[in-house]
Amino acid sequence: MATTAITAEREHYLNTDYGIRSWLLTTDHKRIALLYLVTITLFFFIGGFFALLIRLELLTPAGDLVQADTYNKLFTMHGQVMIFFFLIPSIPAVLGNFLIPMMVGAKDLAFPRINLLSWYLLVVAGILMLHCIITGGVDSGWTFYTPFSTAFSNTKVIEAGVAIFIAGFSSILTGLNFVVTIHRMRAPGLTWSRLPLFVWAHYATSIIQLLGTPVLAITLLLVVFERAFNLGIFDPTRGGDPLLFQHLFWFYSHPAVYIMILPSMGVVAEIIPCFSRKRIFGYSAVAMSSIAIAVFGFLVWAHHMFVAGISLYSAMIFSILSYLVAVPSAIKVFNWTATMYKGSIHFNTPMLYAMGFIGLFTMGGLTGLFLAALGIDVHVTDTYFVIAHFHYIMVGGAVMGYLGGLHFWWPKISGRMYPEWLGKFAALTVFLGFNLTFFPQFILGYLGMPRRYWQYPAEFQVLNVFSTAGSTILAVGYVLPMIYFLWSMRYGKVADANPWGAAGLEWKTSSPPPTSNFEEVPEVTWEAYNYDEIPAPEEVPVG
Amino acid sequence: MADSPLTIEHEEGLQHQFVDVEQQRNAVSLGMWLFLATEIMFFGGMFCAYLVYRYWYYNEFAAGSRSLDLTWGTLNTAVLICSSLTVALGVRAAQLGKRKLLIVLLVLTLLFGLTFLGIKGIEWYAKYTEHHIPGASFDASDLIKDYPQIPIDPAHEQIYFSLYFAMTGLHALHMIIGVGIFSFILFYAWKGRYTPAYHTPVEISGLYWHFVDIVWIYLFPLLYLIDRRPLR
Amino acid sequence: MFDNFPLWPARASTGAGNVDALFIFLVLLAGFMSLAIFTMIVVFALKYRNRPGHGAQQIEGSVPLEVTWSAVPLAIFMVIFGWGAVIYFQERTPPRGADEIYVVAKQWMWKLEHEQGQREINELHVPVGRDVKLIMTSQDVIHSFYVPAFRIKQDVLPGRYTTAWFRATKPGVYHLFCAEYCGTAHSGMIGQIVVLEPALYQAWLSGGTTSGSLAANGETIFQQLGCPTCHRFDIQGRGPNLQGIFDRPVLLEDGRTVVADENYIRESILSPSAKIVNGFKPIMPTFQGLVSEEQLAALVAYIKSLTPPSGTAKLAPPAKSQEPRE
Repeated sequence: MATTAITAEREHYLNTDYGIRSWLLTTDHKRIALLYLVTITLFFFIGGFFALLIRLELLTPAGDLVQADTYNKLFTMHGQVMIFFFLIPSIPAVLGNFLIPMMVGAKDLAFPRINLLSWYLLVVAGILMLHCIITGGVDSGWTFYTPFSTAFSNTKVIEAGVAIFIAGFSSILTGLNFVVTIHRMRAPGLTWSRLPLFVWAHYATSIIQLLGTPVLAITLLLVVFERAFNLGIFDPTRGGDPLLFQHLFWFYSHPAVYIMILPSMGVVAEIIPCFSRKRIFGYSAVAMSSIAIAVFGFLVWAHHMFVAGISLYSAMIFSILSYLVAVPSAIKVFNWTATMYKGSIHFNTPMLYAMGFIGLFTMGGLTGLFLAALGIDVHVTDTYFVIAHFHYIMVGGAVMGYLGGLHFWWPKISGRMYPEWLGKFAALTVFLGFNLTFFPQFILGYLGMPRRYWQYPAEFQVLNVFSTAGSTILAVGYVLPMIYFLWSMRYGKVADANPWGAAGLEWKTSSPPPTSNFEEVPEVTWEAYNYDEIPAPEEVPVG
Repeated sequence: MADSPLTIEHEEGLQHQFVDVEQQRNAVSLGMWLFLATEIMFFGGMFCAYLVYRYWYYNEFAAGSRSLDLTWGTLNTAVLICSSLTVALGVRAAQLGKRKLLIVLLVLTLLFGLTFLGIKGIEWYAKYTEHHIPGASFDASDLIKDYPQIPIDPAHEQIYFSLYFAMTGLHALHMIIGVGIFSFILFYAWKGRYTPAYHTPVEISGLYWHFVDIVWIYLFPLLYLIDRRPLR
Repeated sequence: MFDNFPLWPARASTGAGNVDALFIFLVLLAGFMSLAIFTMIVVFALKYRNRPGHGAQQIEGSVPLEVTWSAVPLAIFMVIFGWGAVIYFQERTPPRGADEIYVVAKQWMWKLEHEQGQREINELHVPVGRDVKLIMTSQDVIHSFYVPAFRIKQDVLPGRYTTAWFRATKPGVYHLFCAEYCGTAHSGMIGQIVVLEPALYQAWLSGGTTSGSLAANGETIFQQLGCPTCHRFDIQGRGPNLQGIFDRPVLLEDGRTVVADENYIRESILSPSAKIVNGFKPIMPTFQGLVSEEQLAALVAYIKSLTPPSGTAKLAPPAKSQEPRE
């Protein structure tokens, strides 16, 4: 369905209505997805800016760029902004919102107005967070450990806590919308076993969002109450237990990391089959692994507390459970790799991101095995080893999955192609910059450099310099897509309905799709990833 | 099987993303149950804190519990249970299309809800005058005097009252939201919006109200009835 | 240049080697797995790259393969778990007869006190080859006592004692870091562990302050606070006889039995109503706010030193013998 008309342009969701009100009051899931895209991109660069300042400070052992209190605020707000205002929404709110109704053959999500409310909640939370940042910031660490956050910090803990509380509701409502949509609004013939794995991944993610986020909400609320009304729940001088906070906090915050990684695993599960021209290897295993990760993910929280003062026996239980949760992730990695076996591999940008994801997620996941080992964790917890581990997963994994997904579905979202060579260049820049930034941190961690250190002993400097150098390269890799995506919306090559020859209902509608997604409600009679039936595009599109 | 969405007739209250009213009702119902599951997790965090501290500081919890007025607490429990009855009957009235009955029951529900909140206010005020609000003005000496048989650490006593205010406060907030929701439901009922074919908002609001009631059914014994045996 | 660019931390305790062994095993395992996956991806990408005459072959899956690559990793993981758990068990089980150091952490410094009475700030002198047990608490927020060269780390909490232990193997000076974010000067809350040959350590000890041993100070405080009024050693007083209670089970009036460890002693002083000994009335007043952490440490050390009533209670801590470690 070529759309190179010069005069009467076909009507689709982008041009069906103009004006700010048509965007701010929209209930179209696709427009809401774009609203989210703008919002989280803004927060990504704010959080990234804090990261750059941190890396600049850490160029030298002395604290000479900012003051100690400022540095403490920088790492706190970097974590809060990146986690709650970028990573947690990212793929679900942008790609999930845009694609899930189409992938299940529906006209919209189950509750479009609640979807818009979700976005507004994030915006309100974001404004509050920005206000907090601008008027002094918060220095409790994103983990808000008590009694420091409740009784000792002199910064805006309440404001940050309330902002994150509100953002949490945005997350809960998105999860609620997805679960109901997937359960109740699948097109005729679209059984669970015919669903794209992207949908399975978001289903699992949504379960976590629904059940886990409220626990964070109550925990932060109790911290806010404690500070505001001088309650005593976390006050050791009144008998409050510092470990109670940690248990409540990590009960959410561990599953939260699966909120951040499962969607990008779903993205990868769409990209690899498409650019290998092959059905995914082990569909059921991958689908069930998503569910297993969600379930087991709720059982391992205290592996963040091995040296916190929990009992020996608790620690052993949580360690063994943590190894169990690693198995489904390993299964996925093997299945994705096996999908490439005897495929017909195309090296488009999304595929580069997906391959990079597999490599970096594998490394990050393997270092998780180190941390789950009790004897090792004692040495490396609270050091740069942990920082490296989670950045490998969240940046090398989740963010690369997000970028891969953006590139893969960009033609569908915008009706345009991005410039392919720039896409490849940015992907490689991100991959190289990322590794240079974070691999040295594994070594720093084992050497003993603790986290959250504004100044450090001189023998750690060389590795820190490598890390900072990498971060500047990484920054370039992130800025490039923003520029060329914007460029492509006006000057990019016009895209077909299915430029990649991909499977999935979303590719059966035009690019960009009409507001109601489908001219006719589809009826599904085929299995997912039916690449034996879909011809490869004759020409690899280049920008 | 499905008609083109352009040709389907739009029934009253059917939103465009749904194929038919059946699908809409199922989706909305599932959505509310999921939301209630999140509320269970939300209150659950506080119940966990309560469990831990009650186990550690049982004496202080027992003494604090005794200091609550059992009459008001029992009355409030009865009020809420009655309000759940009126809600359930209201849903039934909506199913049967009995608009006037529905309006009466909704008004009663709101009255019960406001009564509950009023009594809660009275109880909180009593805690204020007794200096049982945690913080600088907290004073547990009256408890130590009244219950010499119970060894009380005044510092730990604050934890009981912190949880008391946090739990009943959050519950009251949910009640206020419930009152707000039912005010809207009452308004639309008065306008004749609900019919036997379409009364989903009444049903799901009823679910929410029942949930808030059930939370109180747990809060009441946990806060008021820790140990009411006669002291030696 | 490599003096300033270490790639491996110093190894200065008996436990460090065990930790390093597991770490190296994991590095090799992770390195092998990463390399395997990377290689497979690159090989598949190149070997099966899209070109004329090379279409994709649809493969549904393979149950035997799924089972294999689930079971084998699981088995390997269980091995790693077991190995790590054994190391952790050793790390968290201080041997009997260890030298005890009481540590009080506060924003933003470490205060350490030897049993013999020496006090140090941000520095800890210990002898080579002796077990050292740290009994730690915080005056304010959570801190964490971290010595990379020993591979030990333990959070230090307000309101209770946590413990850690090590046996140093190499003389030298090693980093002490606070590893739990605690505010402005978290990264300044650092110090050093000075490991000395036994002879030099003795010299250092005897050159120290003469303010008396920890237990002796504790006895003084015990008298000053009027504890003997109820806790008598000669006849049954209104409070339990404290001689020999340390590390022994105590029956409480609600039927529970607890072990009288450092945390029990500390809690009994600060919040006596929490655990009432069977047969006694809850009349002990609280000393919360009336004793500092240092005084509490001294009291704990004193009570620990009280031997069971069979003769006169010794004031000095009994001579310590340490079994040689395997």
